[in-house]
Amino acid sequence: MMEWETVIGLEIHAQLATKSKIFSAAATAYGAEPNTQACAIDLGMPGVLPVLNREAVRMAVMLGLAIGANIARRSVFARKNYFYPDLPKGYQISQYELPVVGKGELLIDLDDGSSKVIGITRAHLEEDAGKSLHEDFQGLSGIDLNRAGTPLLEIVSEPDLRSAKEAVAYMKKLHQMVVYLGICDGNMQEGSFRCDANVSVRPKGQSSFGTRAEIKNLNSFRFVERAIEFEIERQIDRLESGGKIVQETRLYDPDKGETRPMRSKEEANDYRYFPDPDLLPLVLDEAFIDAARACLPELPDIKKQRFVAHYGLSNYDAGVLTAARELSDYYEAVVAAMGGEPKLCANWVMGDFSAFLNKDSKDLADSPVSAVQLAGLLRRIQDRTISGKIAKDVFEALWTGEGDTDAIIEKRGLRQITDMSAIEKVIDEVMAANPDQLIQYRAGKDKLFAFFVGQVMKVSKGKANPQQVNDLLAEKLKG
Amino acid sequence: MNASAPATMHEQTIAQLSAGLAAGQFSSEELTRAFLARIERDNPQLNAFITITAELALAQARAADEHRRRNQAGPLTGIPIAHKDIFCTNGVRTSCGSRMLDRFIAPYDATVVERLHAAGAVLLGKTNMDEFAMGSSNETSYYGPVRNPWDVNAVPGGSSGGSAAAIAARLTPGATGTDTGGSIRQPAALCGITGIKPTYGRVSRWGMIAYASSLDQAGPMARTAEDCALLLAAMAGFDPRDSTSVDQPVPDYAAGLNQPLAGLKIGLPKEYFGEGLDSAVAEVVTEAIAEYRRLGAEMVEISLPNSQLAIPVYYVVAPAECSSNLARFDGVRYGHRCENPKDLLDLYTRSRAEGFGAEVQRRILIGTFVLSTGYYDAYYLKAQQIRRLISDDFRRAFEQVDVIAGPTSPTVAFNLGEKVDDPITMYLSDIYTIAVNLAGLPGLSLLAGFVGQRPVGLQLIGNYFAEERLLNVAHRYQQVTDWHDRVPSAFA
Repeated sequence: MMEWETVIGLEIHAQLATKSKIFSAAATAYGAEPNTQACAIDLGMPGVLPVLNREAVRMAVMLGLAIGANIARRSVFARKNYFYPDLPKGYQISQYELPVVGKGELLIDLDDGSSKVIGITRAHLEEDAGKSLHEDFQGLSGIDLNRAGTPLLEIVSEPDLRSAKEAVAYMKKLHQMVVYLGICDGNMQEGSFRCDANVSVRPKGQSSFGTRAEIKNLNSFRFVERAIEFEIERQIDRLESGGKIVQETRLYDPDKGETRPMRSKEEANDYRYFPDPDLLPLVLDEAFIDAARACLPELPDIKKQRFVAHYGLSNYDAGVLTAARELSDYYEAVVAAMGGEPKLCANWVMGDFSAFLNKDSKDLADSPVSAVQLAGLLRRIQDRTISGKIAKDVFEALWTGEGDTDAIIEKRGLRQITDMSAIEKVIDEVMAANPDQLIQYRAGKDKLFAFFVGQVMKVSKGKANPQQVNDLLAEKLKG
Repeated sequence: MNASAPATMHEQTIAQLSAGLAAGQFSSEELTRAFLARIERDNPQLNAFITITAELALAQARAADEHRRRNQAGPLTGIPIAHKDIFCTNGVRTSCGSRMLDRFIAPYDATVVERLHAAGAVLLGKTNMDEFAMGSSNETSYYGPVRNPWDVNAVPGGSSGGSAAAIAARLTPGATGTDTGGSIRQPAALCGITGIKPTYGRVSRWGMIAYASSLDQAGPMARTAEDCALLLAAMAGFDPRDSTSVDQPVPDYAAGLNQPLAGLKIGLPKEYFGEGLDSAVAEVVTEAIAEYRRLGAEMVEISLPNSQLAIPVYYVVAPAECSSNLARFDGVRYGHRCENPKDLLDLYTRSRAEGFGAEVQRRILIGTFVLSTGYYDAYYLKAQQIRRLISDDFRRAFEQVDVIAGPTSPTVAFNLGEKVDDPITMYLSDIYTIAVNLAGLPGLSLLAGFVGQRPVGLQLIGNYFAEERLLNVAHRYQQVTDWHDRVPSAFA
């Protein structure tokens, strides 16, 4: 049986987080009433002209710098001509022959712990179209042009990806990057980050590519993975049963879990690209590029390495903490407020803190527990005022707004017992109350040690210092 | 009417009217009423206006008179003008000479409209034009052809034929036009007035309905260069809404009008005096050149070797851009929509087939063809390369001379209907003007004499941003000649 190799390239559309549109001053905010965020330019009225949004260019350049790409000192906007009711001018303004961002690359992490460099062919600026609404109009179509003119950065990868998993890893890495850079909100449900996948297969060892199919408009990591996996299987089945792959555009149906060809009419377009005479070539000087460079935050890979080197975290922990810029900032704020204990801080930020955010579906920005508050709690673990176990209850109280750590500890009487004589008194009580277990233990049933620890903790209402309890109990049980 | 207001106000130039208003000889309201009365009387015969804005004009005139009373008047305060119907006017129909926009009212003003309004000019109405500015005779207008005031059997030229005819017939002292391949200069020549197409980027294109964006440029039309200077000073300047407008200060064009011409080097391109030029037109142009010699200018024979390629290049570039620019007229959001479309394709094809006339459809088809896969390199790209050669011809010429002179059009106005079925002959009437647009240079046409009853235009071409020089060169000629004072006898 033949062995097959998959070849995948992704075209990712990232909606840039500018306040206004790429060629007009209309707002880009999501979810407004239809056609309330479309000005004369977005509507394609007669005589109106586009003016390029400087901020969109700055954001494109930031991405280019972050992926080590050539920034074109001169790039050109072209018109892509086709008729559709939600395309008001009858053409989309996009960069065609000369994009603003040239060749770059992105390092992705694979499941086996290795990493791989994925080439990025180019990234170019373009405007989004509006939306056609085919429901609720009794056989007619509605058009919402709020989205028309929203700035997009189309990021095109080389055909370097070899599996659906790699494709998802690449997409996630790029998602992390654009969100880190603050150039895209990354909201996939609202369509701010979506992907077209070019998929082909070839016999292993063959150097030329097979015929590819393009799967359009995938807007979740899960759909990308499933659609590509379905498509790979479809293509292999077809080739193995003696068929051929047709170069075509396909759509993924998430309900049926399959890809289907788009009607050929929808793709039989000759776009008649030509340079847009309403816009001069985009010429960038060094000062502009330097200013964009100055806006770059510490990039995720570098931050992760620093977390490992500087905080002594494991690769895994550093990866989790740097996955999102806000989380890494929060973590560093906790460490700074604590004045150390990076591992303890990491455990709490990744553990209870993240779990509570998840449970309440809260964004980090809306967290009820600030970094300083969390550090206050951890300091009480560090100075042995409370145990790690009690700290979990205190954290929950912090989360629900019961007050600061110290107030909660006082109010609930949770201060840890570290007084040896007090602990010894509790141990004596427990030993006296359980003579049978004591005999069994002394007869060699070591397992009962845990029983005695449990009893001591129970009687002390969890406040006895566990380490001290362990040490003293071991000594006293010996007799 | 005020008893002291002279009955001959319509005979005066903008400069004279401005002085009359300043001296209190008449009010803007009286002046405006006088022109509205002439429009009412003569427009049915000439068809120069598509829309007459009488009430708006009178309101603006009264506002202008009020400004003058408060000593807030500039040179154009209270001067009536007309806009070519290609400029969007907030609240007033902008048809672009097309059925497609027969009922279109823009919710915004073109920059040119806004600036002339801010300068105090009074809007008499919107002038007739070839549909979407595609034509050289004004015969492609949905609203019917305009007649030439010098001979109502003749065309006025195009596409700004309504503006040119209205000025020649003294229905307005000045008007705006647009020029993509000669659409200001050729009708100015055929109607015997003065018109200037500025350097590409000198005047904002915001709100001016696009035909071919890389060639379109707005400019003023009036009887004299002096009047054009006054209008252009108000129209020109950087506009952040137009990325192709140039951020360069606007000179005081009127102040430079009287510079002497002694030592001026005028280039005469041999290609503009060769085959195809009507001999009677050549004689008139030669006489005008003799006049310039008497004014102290020196003639230098030059060559623009790629001139013969200008028309083929233009009829690739302009249709290519227009095929894309006019895609927005799809019957979806505004403009003409066919009755009961059965599906989307039907909506598109019928709305556009009904809304656009034959010449517009022809150019959309040509443009769509030259941009198509497999033809782009052979046509569009090739045309762009030749366009650069044409610009280089001018660049070399301006290393030798200050301005270039020649005929504006190879013939005088032809008869209505004469060339309407022969697009190639029609296109050739722009043979001397088109290269100027392809190079983005400023060009001016002024009346230099007649062949029989029909006017002959002299074209002056300047280097980039040399509008001041062109207006000066035209003005000095008008100081020593009186062609510009001639009035078509039927409209005296």
